[in-house]
Amino acid sequence: MKKVQFKSSYSQYLFLAPQLGILLIFLYWPIIQTFRDAFTMQDAFGFGTQFVWFDNFLFIFDDPAYWIAFKFTIIYSFVITLITASIGLLLAVQANNVMHGKSAYKTLLIWPYAIAPAVVGVMANYFFSERFGLLYHLFNNLWGFNWYESVFDSYIYLIIAGSWKQISANFIFFLAGLQAIQRSVIEASMIDCKNSVRRFWTITFPLLMPTTFFLIIINITYAFFDTFGIIDTTTIGAPSGETRTLVYKAYMDGFRGLDLGSAGAQSIMMMFIVLFITIFQFRYIEGRIHYN
Amino acid sequence: MTRLITSGFSHFILFIGILIMIVPVWMIFASSTHSGLTINTQGLQMFLGDSFYENYLRVLLYEGGFFKEITALKMFLNSFIMATGVAILSVITSLMAAYALVYYRTKYATLLFWIIFVTILVPLELRIFPTYSVMAELNLVNSYFGLIVPISASAIATLFFRQFYKTVPDELLESAKLDGANTWRFFVDFLVPLSKTMIVAMLIFMFVFGYNQYLWPLLVTSSEQYWTVVMGLKMMSGSIVHRFAFVMMSMVPPILIIIVLQKHFIKGVFQDK
Repeated sequence: MKKVQFKSSYSQYLFLAPQLGILLIFLYWPIIQTFRDAFTMQDAFGFGTQFVWFDNFLFIFDDPAYWIAFKFTIIYSFVITLITASIGLLLAVQANNVMHGKSAYKTLLIWPYAIAPAVVGVMANYFFSERFGLLYHLFNNLWGFNWYESVFDSYIYLIIAGSWKQISANFIFFLAGLQAIQRSVIEASMIDCKNSVRRFWTITFPLLMPTTFFLIIINITYAFFDTFGIIDTTTIGAPSGETRTLVYKAYMDGFRGLDLGSAGAQSIMMMFIVLFITIFQFRYIEGRIHYN
Repeated sequence: MTRLITSGFSHFILFIGILIMIVPVWMIFASSTHSGLTINTQGLQMFLGDSFYENYLRVLLYEGGFFKEITALKMFLNSFIMATGVAILSVITSLMAAYALVYYRTKYATLLFWIIFVTILVPLELRIFPTYSVMAELNLVNSYFGLIVPISASAIATLFFRQFYKTVPDELLESAKLDGANTWRFFVDFLVPLSKTMIVAMLIFMFVFGYNQYLWPLLVTSSEQYWTVVMGLKMMSGSIVHRFAFVMMSMVPPILIIIVLQKHFIKGVFQDK
């Protein structure tokens, strides 16, 4: 913290008031209601609510559909993280390697970051449509691809759609990470180790660890939350709910099924998962401070 | 010589990466300039057709939606109002909150820090129905206010501004105090001008964030008057080429902003590196 500061006075709260006000009304108040929803149940006609302890939670744990969504969310975030981080790193290393046109490459690879997931989904739709989808027909010729029926194929569809734009964010962060490595370190390593591939894995990559960890968190968050727009414009969960993320399922149960108790309980489960990942992240940030 | 070969290899890999990014978008664009008949009989197109003006003008001015109450032009206006509102509101409130957190000495510092930053853990998707009921109770459904404010309830920019303020040398405040600046003057005359790069970066970030919202506008606007571009994608009817044209136009504003302002954006986000 700063050594020189102002003494606390009412003016401090004037500066805090706008943000705190918005957070309290539009964030804390809804979160409290989420907890209320999760521990109550509405009767069939929606006239009254009853406190039911953990019934909503037990109900979702008993529901096979919840575990299907759980499985999909884990696989989906893992594969998206792996694919986008690898391709992003590969491109960033090449862009950092070239003498000319570095900034042109940056411009040509940064823009997909700005496209909305829902827009990406609509575009993916056209490439995977049975009628004129190029990728649909390419894969169909290769192994009889049919995402309407095959769970594996619908995974492939969503993984391609979900990874495409996220490569861009990984590229930007890895490139920034590479450029932050000091010239002297690279030059010293060039004298010690002539093999550039080995030099990358033993010197450069360990120095990129903070960026890699940061991007893993970013990619997981993306796969958890931002892919809603992609799923809602592509498979809509097909075949038979196999490609719904936890967030998508909670929304559908609350919106289509009007089951706010279940949606609330699912949201709270999700908050715990995010909390778990964040504690992990904070530990890493601590580590990073020592590192530098 | 080896240098040339490895450099050539790098260019090749980058070229393939760029192709993967550009080809899909190009094909949708090329296809959007053909007639519906061409697409239906021959599929997606690689080369430009001659229906560009016809398709794009029709999409911009056609009264879409179930009740035929909104044109794409109006959706763009709504998206701009929403994205600008989110950017300005969240950046101003975050700038002020971060200032209060960094530049004041108080025993509640840790508590205030956590009250603000724990909110990053709870994205709108996790509290979407209760947020909707709050909006309904406050009578804010179908309004720009309803589109903007819940999306602005975000502490991400606050986190960035806080990190930035911490790198500002203490001497700045010392000399400002010698000049007799009070808390407000120090904030407006010293800190805000100094944070310009960061402010621009956060404005871009929050604008794109606001523009790209999908689920919240879908839920909070039952009146077509308030439809935004990104949610409109799911709602638009019409022939396939018109939908292509709509998709193309929907991605232009955020891409343009990122490309034109990328230097500021990258400089701000990676300031501490």
